[in-house]
Amino acid sequence: MRGYPTNLSSTNWLKKPRIKPLIHHFIAYNNYYINRIYTIISGRGLRINKGGVVRRRVLPGFRLTLGFTMLYMSLLVLIPLMGVFVKSSELTWDQVWSTVMAPRVMASYRLSFGASFLAAWVNLVFGLLVAWVLVRYEFAGKRLVDALVDLPFALPTAVAGIALTSIYSETGWIGQWLALLGVQVAFTPLGVWLALTFIGLPFVVRSVQPVLGDLDSELEEAAASLGSSRWQTFRRIILPVLCPSLLTGFALAFARALGEYGSVVFISGNMPMRTEITPLVIMTKLEQFDYAGATALAGVMLVASFLMLLTINFLQAWGGRYQTAA
Amino acid sequence: MNTWKIGHRRRPVSEAPWIRRLLIGAALAFLGFFLVVPLASVFAHALAKGFGPYFASFRDPFTLSAIKLTLLAAGIAVPLNCVFGVAAAWAIAKFDFPGKQMLGALIDLPFSVSPVISGLIYVLLFGAQGMLGPWLASHGLRVIFAVPGIVLATIFVTVPFVARELIPLMQAQGRSEEEAAIVLGASGWKTFWRVTLPNIRWGLLYGVILCNARAMGEFGAVSVVSGHIRGLTNTLPLHIEILYNEYNMVGAFAVASLLTLLALVTLALKSWIEWRNAPVSGAET
Repeated sequence: MRGYPTNLSSTNWLKKPRIKPLIHHFIAYNNYYINRIYTIISGRGLRINKGGVVRRRVLPGFRLTLGFTMLYMSLLVLIPLMGVFVKSSELTWDQVWSTVMAPRVMASYRLSFGASFLAAWVNLVFGLLVAWVLVRYEFAGKRLVDALVDLPFALPTAVAGIALTSIYSETGWIGQWLALLGVQVAFTPLGVWLALTFIGLPFVVRSVQPVLGDLDSELEEAAASLGSSRWQTFRRIILPVLCPSLLTGFALAFARALGEYGSVVFISGNMPMRTEITPLVIMTKLEQFDYAGATALAGVMLVASFLMLLTINFLQAWGGRYQTAA
Repeated sequence: MNTWKIGHRRRPVSEAPWIRRLLIGAALAFLGFFLVVPLASVFAHALAKGFGPYFASFRDPFTLSAIKLTLLAAGIAVPLNCVFGVAAAWAIAKFDFPGKQMLGALIDLPFSVSPVISGLIYVLLFGAQGMLGPWLASHGLRVIFAVPGIVLATIFVTVPFVARELIPLMQAQGRSEEEAAIVLGASGWKTFWRVTLPNIRWGLLYGVILCNARAMGEFGAVSVVSGHIRGLTNTLPLHIEILYNEYNMVGAFAVASLLTLLALVTLALKSWIEWRNAPVSGAET
């Protein structure tokens, strides 16, 4: 039975719905992609066999939540980020190249990427140690230590910055002893490395802890019963299982250290060509109203961030269900 | 959230006691060097001249206005991102659609972008030479170097926190309870309030706590969009920087101690929620 009047008197003929069935016919029969888009947006599928609309979603609120999410993300994230690339398109390629390859900027790349890489390595080794100790052993105050591991994540970066600077300066608690040894930490790349190690601390620990905790003891027992020493068991059985989560934690710590600003600007001393990190070069260009140069540099950092984000997503998917807690 | 067991694990095969003690000692030394020493130094420097100057630094009018601005920025950013997080988690966890993975990655984007760039993009959009700059100037509105810019930068930086907590949680919980509620005749909103929200409340609280900690402590992004104008566009972290650069150590560390206490409260709440929801400890394998 048709849902519209079939007698074609003059007014009824005009009222006969002919547009919507035409559109549905077009969507159902032509163009697979238009069909898919319609299905997504409306939540209904259009099947050819019965000629009617088929509800595909039981739960309500798809359009509301997805629409709000997309609106929010577009307004706050996507459109401003597009602005970076729009602005940098105002420059010619030569100008962009000369900006991002200037000696001062190259020195800042070396410091930012180098110190972040080294800091992530320290966090890899010691993060594994801390995770092992927290999961496998019992000791007094373990819960406190476990809670404290997240401190760099919760502490504002400015507070971390001034605390670290005051400790490692010439008259600081640790700095004075190091000065006796002739080692200067504050206002050197060493200080930058230390600050970046601080802020990357929780990432490896929190990546490895769930995996280590879920590890089956059967594997280790089997290895022991077959005559393997603890070190062999660790090296050949446990470590390979931990590999994805270790890499994920490393990548997270590295990515965080790359973009870090607040903790580092205080201890680095910000000397051009020596202790300047790339975010600071961007900041300096902004203060000098060199918006185009700042944008070009920001483009480079954004590309690096996107690459790291893709790497981390890949690593997390590779690690399967072993997600980071942070 | 952590789902690994924190309780007793009697290992049938374990390291020798001296190795165990060595490893524990090494781990504690590392954590003590990197975590405890900075923490202690904040309070030591803040109280270096006694409690009098410590409390006096909070009566400074610039500090009070910085506190107010920080609370304002966090008070706007956290609820907005809470609503966003719930909506995004509902869309991603309860439905299947192409591009779901990409949306998840997109939501994580502000988390991976450097804070300086987070501020820069708003300067490019709303600044005097920015795309909307002339329009704003002609209407007498100021976004950059004023409070709205600070609020915007704070919102941007804290966008992912609630969503990142809720999405895996809601995905793990599945759709069956909500579908059962719909089948039994509940409307969408009723399903959300009576079925979904009680299930996700701890994850939501966890996300809100992290979001708040980041919102109040954000430095880089706010530093770019604020004009560092004392009493007007300074948040607490920026105020710390100004006091430190003036060599007002007691003042800077006093304000820093305030934020450190906030961080410690955040950690305590976070741990409490985790322990509350961890699987029952003490099970022996």
